[in-house]
Formats: sequence, structure tokens, C-alpha cells
Amino acid sequence: MQRFSAWSLLKQAFGSHGGWQPQWRRATPKPAYDAIVVGGGGHGLGTAYYLAAEHGLRNIALLEKSWIGGGNTGRNTTILRSNYLFDESARLYDHSLKMWRDLSQVLNYNVMYSPRGVLMLAHSVHDVQVLKRHIHANRCNGVDNEWLSPAEAKAFCPPLNIERNIRYPVMGGALQRRGGTARHDAVAWGYARAADALGVDIIENCEVTGIRRDAGGAIQGVETSLGYIASRKVGVVAAGNSSVVMGMAGVRLPLESFPLQALVSEPVKPVMPCVVMSNSIHAYVSQSDKGELVIGAGTDAYTSYTQRGALHVNMHTLAAICELFPAFRRMRMLRNWGGIVDVSPDRSPIIAKTAVPGLYVNCGWGTGGFKATPGSAHLFAWTMAHDEPHPINAPFTIERFREGLLIDEAAAAAVAH
Amino acid sequence: MSECRGKGGVLINRNLVVNFSFDGRSYSGFAGDTLASALLANGVHLLGRSFKYHRPRGLLAAGSEEPNALVTVVRGNEARSVPNLRATQVEIYAGLVAHSQNRWPSLGFDVGAVNDWLSPLFPAGFYYKTFMWPRFAWHRWYEPRIRAAAGLGRAPGGPDPDSYAQCYAHCDVLVVGAGAGGIAAALAAAGSGARVILCDENGALGGSLLDERANSQGGSDAAIWLRTALTQLAALPNLTLLPRTTAFGYFPHNMLGLCERITDHLATPAAGVPRERLWQVRAREVVLATGAIERPLVFPGNDRPGVMLASAARTYLHRYGVRVGSRVVVLAGCDAAYGVALDLHAGGIGIEAIADVRTGAHLVAPAAIAAARAEKIRVVERATVLGTSGRLRVNSVSLGVVAADGSVSNAGTLPCDALLMSGGFTPSVHLHSQSRGQLQWQADAGVFVPAAAAENERSVGAARGLEGLQQALEDGTQAGLTAAKACGLTPHAYSARIAVQEYSTRGAPGALAQPGARTPAKAFVDWQNDVTTRDLQLAMREGFYSIEHIKRYTTTGMATDQGKTSGLNALAIIAGSSARQVPEVGLTTFRMPYTPVSFGILAGYDRGDQFDPVRRTPMHACAENLGAVFEDVGMWKRAWYFPQRGEDMHQAVARECRAVRTGCGMFDASTLGKIEVVGPGAVEFMNRLYVNSWNGLAVGRSRYGVLLRDDGFVYDDGVVARLADERFHVTTTTGGAARVLGMMEDYRQTEWTDLKVWLTSTTEQWAVIAVQGPRAREVIAPLIEGCDLSAAALPHMAVARGTICGAPMLLFRVSFTGELGFEINVPADYGAAIWEAVRAAGQKYDIVPYGTEAMHVLRAEKGYIIVGQETDGTCTPDDVGLSWAIGKSKPDFVGKRSLSRPAMLASGRKQLVGLLTADPHVLLDEGAQVTATAGQVAPMKLIGHVTSSYRSEALGRSIALAMVVDGRARQGQTLYVPMPGGDLPVQVTAPVFYDPQGARLNG
Amino acid sequence: MLLIHCPYCGDRPELEFSYGGQAHIARPSKPESVTADQWVEFLYLRSNPRGVHAERWRHVRGCARYFNALRDTRTDRFIATYKAGEAPPQQSGSTP
Repeated sequence: MQRFSAWSLLKQAFGSHGGWQPQWRRATPKPAYDAIVVGGGGHGLGTAYYLAAEHGLRNIALLEKSWIGGGNTGRNTTILRSNYLFDESARLYDHSLKMWRDLSQVLNYNVMYSPRGVLMLAHSVHDVQVLKRHIHANRCNGVDNEWLSPAEAKAFCPPLNIERNIRYPVMGGALQRRGGTARHDAVAWGYARAADALGVDIIENCEVTGIRRDAGGAIQGVETSLGYIASRKVGVVAAGNSSVVMGMAGVRLPLESFPLQALVSEPVKPVMPCVVMSNSIHAYVSQSDKGELVIGAGTDAYTSYTQRGALHVNMHTLAAICELFPAFRRMRMLRNWGGIVDVSPDRSPIIAKTAVPGLYVNCGWGTGGFKATPGSAHLFAWTMAHDEPHPINAPFTIERFREGLLIDEAAAAAVAH
Repeated sequence: MSECRGKGGVLINRNLVVNFSFDGRSYSGFAGDTLASALLANGVHLLGRSFKYHRPRGLLAAGSEEPNALVTVVRGNEARSVPNLRATQVEIYAGLVAHSQNRWPSLGFDVGAVNDWLSPLFPAGFYYKTFMWPRFAWHRWYEPRIRAAAGLGRAPGGPDPDSYAQCYAHCDVLVVGAGAGGIAAALAAAGSGARVILCDENGALGGSLLDERANSQGGSDAAIWLRTALTQLAALPNLTLLPRTTAFGYFPHNMLGLCERITDHLATPAAGVPRERLWQVRAREVVLATGAIERPLVFPGNDRPGVMLASAARTYLHRYGVRVGSRVVVLAGCDAAYGVALDLHAGGIGIEAIADVRTGAHLVAPAAIAAARAEKIRVVERATVLGTSGRLRVNSVSLGVVAADGSVSNAGTLPCDALLMSGGFTPSVHLHSQSRGQLQWQADAGVFVPAAAAENERSVGAARGLEGLQQALEDGTQAGLTAAKACGLTPHAYSARIAVQEYSTRGAPGALAQPGARTPAKAFVDWQNDVTTRDLQLAMREGFYSIEHIKRYTTTGMATDQGKTSGLNALAIIAGSSARQVPEVGLTTFRMPYTPVSFGILAGYDRGDQFDPVRRTPMHACAENLGAVFEDVGMWKRAWYFPQRGEDMHQAVARECRAVRTGCGMFDASTLGKIEVVGPGAVEFMNRLYVNSWNGLAVGRSRYGVLLRDDGFVYDDGVVARLADERFHVTTTTGGAARVLGMMEDYRQTEWTDLKVWLTSTTEQWAVIAVQGPRAREVIAPLIEGCDLSAAALPHMAVARGTICGAPMLLFRVSFTGELGFEINVPADYGAAIWEAVRAAGQKYDIVPYGTEAMHVLRAEKGYIIVGQETDGTCTPDDVGLSWAIGKSKPDFVGKRSLSRPAMLASGRKQLVGLLTADPHVLLDEGAQVTATAGQVAPMKLIGHVTSSYRSEALGRSIALAMVVDGRARQGQTLYVPMPGGDLPVQVTAPVFYDPQGARLNG
Repeated sequence: MLLIHCPYCGDRPELEFSYGGQAHIARPSKPESVTADQWVEFLYLRSNPRGVHAERWRHVRGCARYFNALRDTRTDRFIATYKAGEAPPQQSGSTP
């Protein structure tokens, strides 16, 4: 792998940058692999990378039906945080947040991890109770999260409106300083490049159309738009399309896929120093390094695979943004897009073996998967390599729904995440 | 403005001089000018700096596709500033103040231009390759500097004082674009009786009809036709005309979003007039007459001020009478450039030469060349551009000639003060594509055109690749008639003709040929984001193959113009460099909005108090008069506490609690949800829905009901009274009213259709006054008639009808405080009067109004849970000590099956307990965690959390409720609440702290 | 914003409706007698198809009635709406 650094950039500058090599090969499928990862988003690419880097597998294929990083990885608002309520979730997301810290160096690709702080606002007595419960639980779990008064919140985020005369005044907020943002494309490309360097075949425009199982029911391989590819180990990381792909193996999932929209403003000079989230009035905003305000909207009400949503969903979000940041009313929406998020009944992911030998699934991340990318990939690779879950993802099974062992962050906190 | 302003200009009024300022200098223009045309008229060509390299930039275009000339317009103060407006769309008014952006200290001398010198270090995606050492440096050092350098204008500096409007509209036919095709479509459709909306993003309607050369009488045929057509349009009662209105988004099922700009072009907008209006239009049929956008040519130095699209120069001349230069070189990538050259020539502008950059012979129309030569204009065929010069404005162009073998030879340098280019026209297929209509590559024209539609829409004229005004008129007419017919109307014949000289707009996208294999450093594809051909090639060299990847890696097409001028050139260059055809490279998705849209119109009326409806109880004003502090609970305003002079919240709550325990308190409980369940199936319905058994509940009695979801978790609770054999009065939590009714309707309509039962929300029909305390009966007795209040006649949980002060009343003997208590339900309109009557009657017992906070304390002393505070969506009835409520003999109720899932029965579940701190003065934090042992360090083994914590006035100490793992078995044990200052020891108790036998409420 | 045909009221904008999830999932009449797998199927497992989806809507800000719809989740095009209790209409051929 050609090393990236200021020095290599300088050196290449003298050669008009003619010496750069492809960041990953355009691989064509071999007949068989030791492991196949289906889905070329950040979670899938990371899984392929960790399978190769940490578990010694070399003969790995990653299949992507379109272009890598083009699903939710490239469509989200890039918020990173780990201030989840339940011990299981906090462990999972903090595992990930710790990995973000070193990811640029590990991958030799600047993923622009920016721990600028995530501030979650409270607008009611109930919100305060909920956020304070998070803060206490997080502290005891070793996850940073602190309470800010309205004045402290304003000091941390100067454009925030803390006047009492708005419909739902800010009553304070929970700040996770290690939370922040990262560059979404860089995560996908960084993993792709690092995985490719370890021999992983990254195969784009290769859609899985069937899953073949042997007489005993175990995984044999996958049918694809580029032909049959054999493997005894298949990990599906297909986000919004998980139900569709897993259905090919006869596995039904407790998922529904909803449109989730986001939008950016035109770029302006720095005005938002941190990430602000308000779950009760549905506003999620930060500012990209390019200067665009990056704003997350809610999910649409109905399931859909169209990758677009309704205008009124954005309108609701922008109304909330304009209340919290009244100076932004004259800012302008530049671009709006939709993703497809796979939502589980308890809003927590599934990272697990399945009843089908050799078939693994990583799904159900809902609206909050980006932050978990390195941790999810790392744990899923472990699960695939060892044919058993890592202790951190052991609670995140499919069976938990049958047993009633839900990890219901959404219900517990009345928090979308 | 003298030498730059020539004759003509159909949009300006020379009798009205308008003074404005740009970067602090005063200028004058005419009414009708845009900021762009007015500055050009004043000889100002330098209008901006590019995003990355801070290169000096002038106007590229004359319309909404402009990538360079972005300005901040300030109206009065910073709160009314808007960044990143295109100077080509800003209509000037007296006193307009505009500033250039992204430069320091001045537009002419910008320190940031050092980036241009260092540009070899900043190729596409450079930031992914560096700034990684040391680890923390990205966030602390590099990122703040990159952020400061990035961005364009500044965000507005204060709360926006202006208002924004929103409306919905329905029509038969929506026509987008009021050029030749759009106007014809609108006339044809409206003439057939259709209800038509015609919108156009510009203030002046007519599109390219406005760009035709005037004839000897001072007008053009096009202008004459336009004038007639506009008169006809204005006379049609079934047509709504919306100028300055951009159709920015195409949403499912033929709904379009339109942004109408109402006041931005006015010097002194009338007070109260909204700045902009959002139209959400549901149209049966849509006609897209969105025209086409001229493509720039890609060659070294194509970004200097003075290098401009040819059609823009024509627009400035004909609409505003502005000459873009006096020595002009025209680069012709299509015939239309000749038309521009001839127009400019006729307007007295010197044409140095036309350099025809086409090398495919089939593309060249000899007639155009002949026409130019007839006017003695020099034409250089098979030309290319090797470079340009001029720091703040172009002053020369170096031409080359491409031989048949593709080799390029130098053809000399021409001086010029404007360099016009036309690479052909790209149909504006944005809205068609947004609607999920398909696109088709038209190889001979080098463009994508609309193919199969996904909605009831059709594109016309230039928007679908047709050329010329006459074709647009005919196509628009046909589309208008077809649309009317699709609406069930009889098409009414209509035809229009304009005789104008037409030139082909077909060109070939891509970069101009350069000598050898050299890729020039500064041949720009995307002006605003400073993306060059080299950047595209670097991306491909680095293995980025998908157009989406190349777009993201290089940021081409991602600037505020969203690639309107750059998209197709980028595709063609990528295709050419990777031996693919353009359709193989594919298109990136067209996303809304077409041009940027203010947050303000999308937020609309949802601001301040109207952000969300405010729900007030009938007694709200009474509480206000008593000085209540309110809290938001859902949409409701609830009285939180009633501070008297000098009291803080704690003191007020303590006083309120004391009054209820020793005398009497009154409380507004109107926000509780109320649902009437009525019908022969009502009992069975309630049996199936709630965990309780309802068979044995006598008429005139009530019971505490618990509602689960089918997953077995507590969803809601409330007192349910049986008012008649077939009539229940169900109360819900304040926040749960709507969702409980929704859940009831779901089961009623879709699962239990065998039951005859009706549901009615009565939340707002009743005002509810809780009167609680040992003196409660004495307080209300004198007011009530028709009902016996004695303990024997009206025991705890009994319900009776009667009157209070003559008003009909439903009286509940219930208590959420543990004291003798009544809840007086009266029709909402009587609420305030009865409240005052009760308060007056209670004066001699020192009755005290109390708020939700005291209510919480009182109920916590009794161990009564609040759904949503003790429970959190993961609690079973048993977890919160409500097993007793379950009707044991019932075969089924919602959630019952789930309660037998293994995890619901296993030990280790959190259970509701009381906690008492060792130090009675210590108040636990709600949400604080619980551990079994002291001295743990993170990550701790957490076994529970505090759900409620209050200072109990009755007990003279703090109390808390908590959910603790196997909590009921831990009673008497000491547990710990780890806080930053150390562990707080707590004793586990039963969750009832006060009057556990319930003697008081039976009093 | 979708335009939804309520079988009782006609075409109305999406804002008048609430979504009710997958249609034709009957609650077991004797939940106590179903297996854990059958119960989890009822509670949580959804077909979530990329294609035609039978789903429930409620015209909550109109007639307040539940009804069913066939919608293509690839395009959001409604193929049909029909009253609760009715069988889904037969589809002719495949959808786009």
C-alpha cells in the first residue's frame, strides 16, 4: 500500500501527482472464497478489513451491488457518540468510539475524527430526567457525558437560542466531549484501501441474487449478478436491504426499512462549533469542515426503498432548527437526500450468528449506524472468524426478541438515535 | 457606467436610476437590472473568489446557474443578511448593499490566493492523505484552520426578523418555466379550460424570448409575441402566474415545491408582507419547460473574469443593454455561438474572432460560418485554446489549431477583454429526474434527455433537447393540450408562430484538445469548487471509477450550483479518460432543491408559540392569576408549582404538600386523557385490552387499570370508571391519550371486529379539579347537590353524578395523594367557574392550589408510579409491583402471552423499591445509578437506577423510588449510589413511605 | 407527500393518515397456545419487501378508519387500497 503522508503528497506534487496508485483494485470474483461479506458500506468494508487484519483470513471477497460507501455510509449526518443508556449499548458504542480515535492512523487515511462534542438538549422536566439518567449511567460505565445548564450550553454553542420565550425552551443539555463527527466517505475508502492491501477482493456492481445452502442447510455460497461464488462463511451487512438478502436464505428478520432524510445548507464560515441534537423536537445539526450545516431529519412514516422522503419531514426539522438557531432562518438548503434505514423493534442492532450454519448478519442499526462503524465491523469480523459472538456483541442476538431480552434504548429514553 | 451600457435592454427602465453599493463602493444602475448586469454596466468584472484557490472570478453566466459571482446582500443589519446569493439573480433596488465573499483583506488583493500558488499541494482529496500526525493534531490544529478557510459567506448575524408564508395549491396543470414552451403550454392548457399555474424563477417572464435581437423598429418578433402572450395570460381567470418562483423539488404523486420570492427585490417592503412563500402544489399534470443551460468549454485559464458563457453576453446585451466587452473573442462549440457573435457585432461590440472549437465535421453548420464571414468576422476553424492571460480580467487568449491527426499547433494570441464560450446546451432535466423519470443519452447532441416519465409529467422544448423557439412553441402547445386532455378536458386548438433566425445548440461536452498528452493544470470543470480536469484524472488514477466516487472525491458538482454548468463536461472527460461512453459512466442523482431554498420558508409558520400547538386547560387563566409556574408536558402547559411571595420552588412545593396532608389542596387534573368506551361489547373490549378484569366492576365504581402492549411492557395506566353497564370512562396519562386511543382503535377495527363498541375521546370535554386532603369533603360538600358524599355512600373508588354550583358533575372519589380525595369532572366550559367556587369554599380551610411537582411528591410518598418515569418501556406489571391488577382468570389480554417469555419470568429483573439515604438530608439525583457494593470504579456493575427522588415534607426527609435488580428481595439491605463525590449509602425499603395501610384515603 | 386513496373518503394527502405497518397479520386467537416462534413471528417478524407491500393505513385525521393498501416500496406507487377485512386485489402481471 502506497503510504499517505504530507511527505508523499509533497513528493507527488513534483510529479504532477502522476505517481498515485489506485486506492483499491477493481477486483473480479474468484470462484470461491474463505469468507464473503455482502454489503460494501462502512460496516461491511470494515468487517472485511478486520477479518484480514486480525483474524488471518486472506481469501476474502466483499460484494457490493452498487458502489462502495454509497448507502447509508455516504448518506448520514456523521454524528459520533457513545452516551447510550444501557450497559450493553454503552459497551458497544464506546468500543466503537475508542476505535475512531486511532482510525486515521490505523488505516493511514484521514477519516477526520473530530471530537468537537455532542450536545443533546433537554426541553422539559422529563427530558432532564432522561438525560441525567444517561449521564449517571454513562459515568458509571466510564463513558464521558456531562450536564450543562442553559447558560453553559450557550457558552459551548454560541448560536444556540436559550431564550425562555420559545415554545420549548432549552432546559439544559448533556454533553459528550468525545463525541463529534468524522468524514463518511473517508471511512469507506480508508477501509477499502486497507482491506485491498491485505488481499481482500472488493467487487462492486455485484448484486447477490440468491444464497445457496447444502443438504444440511449450511451455507455453500452466493448467486450474484456476476455468477456463483462459493464460500462456507457469508456475513450479510446490507442495512436497509438486509431483509431482502437474508430472505434469500430463508431467514426472516424483525426489521422494517424506512426512508431517512438529511440535508445540507450552502457552505458558510464556521458558525456551529459542535454537534447539537434535540430528540424531543427533532433537530440534529453540525457543520461540516466545508462549511455546510449538516442536518438530519426524521424517518418517514412508511417503509420504502426509494431513497427519498417527503418534504414535510424536512420542514418539521427545519422549523426546529430555526427555533433553536433563529439566525439560520435565512440560510438555504442546498441538497437533500434520503437513505434506507433498517429499524429493529428495540432500535438496537443485531450482530449475530444465525440459525443457518455459516451465515452471519449485522443489521438493525436504524438511524444510528455510522458512529458504530469501526466497532461493529470489528465485532462482526470476530463473530464470523470465531463462529461465536464477541462478549460485547453477545447480547445483540436475533433470539433476544423471542426471549424478551430487548435492549430498548428508544423506549427507555424516549430518544431517537 | 457609460461605455459598458449600450443601447436597448428590454428589462431596464432608463428613467429610473437606482443607486446601490458593492464592497462599500457606490454604483448606479437602472430599475430592472440585476446586480450582475449593473456591475457589468459599471465596468466591474471581478465579483468573487473561488472556494479553494481563491482565484479571481467574474460572471460566468446570467442566470441561476452562475457558479462564481456569489455575494452577501445585507438589508439594514446582519440579521437580514443573506450569504451566497448569485449576483445574476439579485435584482437591484435603491440602497442595496452587497459584499463579495471569501476574500481578505479585499476582493482585488486576497491573501488566500496564496493557495493558488500552492495548488500542486492541494489536488483533489489531498486532505485524506495528510494531517494525520500527531494523532490529536487533526482536531486541534488542522481542522480549525481548514474550517476557517472553507465556507463561502458568513451566516446571518442575528434572529431573522422577517416572516415566511406557506400555502397549498391544487391545479390541473402546473407549468414550470415561462419561456416560449412554457407560455405556449400554459395558454394551450388554460385555453382548454384547465386550471393552470405557471411559474418562473425570474422576475421577468419570457426566458430566451427576451434574448432576441431587436429589429429596426426597436422590438423583436419574439418580444412582440411575448407581449401579446403575457396579456393573454393575465386575462385568463383560470391561470395563476407566479414570477420569481422556483420549482425546486418534485415529490411523489405529482406534488411540487415552489419557492416564491416576494420582497427581496423591493427597496422598502411593506410591513408584514412575508419575505418568501412556499407553495406545495398538487398537480394532475405537469409540464416542464425548464429550458437548457449552456455549457462552458474546458481549457486552461477558462476561469478568468471576462471569460463567460456566450448566451450570457447576449442576455446582458438584449435584456440590460450591457456590453460585456469591446474586444470579444467567441469560442464556438456550437452554432448558437455564431448567433451571439452576430448579435454582439450588430450591437456595436467588436468581435476579434470566432474560434470554432469543433473538430467533428458533422457538427459544423457551414451556414453559420458563412453568416459570420459575411459580416467580416474572422473565423478560426478547428481551434482550441492553449491559455489565457490577465490577472483580474482576461486580456488575451492563446489559440491553437487541431490538425486532422489530433496534433495541436499554436495559432497565436489574440487580445480581448471578453472571451465568450459555448459548448452547446444541456437540457435542464433536473425536475424530470427528481420525479424518478428516466433519462436517455442522445449521442448526436451529446446530452441526456427525458425518457419515460414516472409521474404525470412531460418535458417540452429545450428541456427535452429540442432546438429553437418555434419548436419550443409547438412542443409546448402540444404538451399543454395533451395535459388538458389528460385532465378530462377538450383540447381547444391553439397555435403560435415566431419567425426568428435559429442556430443549433448542439455541441460536444468534454475538454478542448491540448498539445501532446499534456493535461493543463488549471482547466476548470467545476468553477466554484475549483475542480480541474487534472483532479478528475487523478481520481481515476487512484482507482475511483464510479461517477459517484469521482464526484465525492473531487467534489465536482457539489458546489452551490450543484453542477449545473459542470456536470456533463465532467462526465464526458471521465468517459474519455476511461474509454467509456457517457451513459456507461452514468449520472449522479439529481436531488432537490433545484436552487437553494431558505430554511425560513420550510419552517414557515412553525415558529414561536406556533412551533407546536399550545394546549391549555379550562383553568389555565386561574392558575396564571395565582402566579403558577408552568411546565411543558407534551403540548400541554401544566401548573408546576404556585410560588408565593419570596418562595423558591422547594419552599412552594413543601407548603403545597403540607396543605394536602393537613388540610386541603386543589389540583388541575384536566390534562389526563379521557376516553369513553361504549357499547354491548364494552366489557369484553376492556377485558381483552387491559390486564384487569372488568366483569365484577359495578356501575358507579372505578378501578385502577393497567394497559400493556402486546410485547408485555407497561404502556399506560389510569382510573377506569363504569358509568353504566355498557359505558366506561377510561382515563389515561397526559402524554398517552392519543396513542392509547390509537391503540384501542387498532384492536377494535382490525382484531376484534366481533365486538360492538365505540370509542370517543372526551379529554377536552371535561375539566377536572382534584380536591385532596383531610378537609376535602368539607370543602366541596356545600357546593354539591344530588349526591351523597358520605364515606358509606361514596367510598374510595366510587363514582357518582350530581351537580356542583348547579353545573352537571361527574364526581370520582379517587386519590393520587393518599389522602381523602375527590376529582370533580365538569363540562370544560364550567371549569374556571367551578375552580374559583371550590377555591372560595376552601378559603376557610386554607385550601392551597398545588402543582404537578407537589403531586409528584405526594404520589411518590405513596409509592404510586408514573408511567414514563418509573417505567421506561421495558417494565412488566410485576416489575413495578402491579401484578395484583392482573385478572388472573382471564384467558387473554393484550400482552399476556409475552409475559410468559423466558426473560420476563427470569430472576434478575429490575423491580420497584423505595430507597432511603443514610443521611436524611441527602437528596438523590433522579437517574442516579445503584450498585450493590461500595467503592466500584468504572465500568461498574450497575443494578438499578433512581426513578423519582423528592424531599418529603410529610416524612421530614428525602425519599426515592428506584428500579433495582431483584429489588423486592433486597429490602433492608444497604446499597450504594455512586456519585462523583463518592458513594451514597441507601437502604432498600418498600416503595410506600406514607400511610402504607391506606387509612387516610378511606377516611 | 404521498397522495393516498382512502376507500371511504377518496384521495387525501399523506398528512391525514397514519401508517399501520404490514397488513394481514392476524393476532392469534389463543395466544397462550401458540409457540414462542409463532409469537415472535406475530410480534416482530415482518416481510419488509423490496416490491409490493400489503400494509395498513389509518385515515386518522379523516374518517379515522383503518384500511389496507398495496404499495410498491421501490417507487412508492399505490397499486390499490381496499377496506379492512377484504382480501387484497389480484395483481395483473408484475409491477414496475
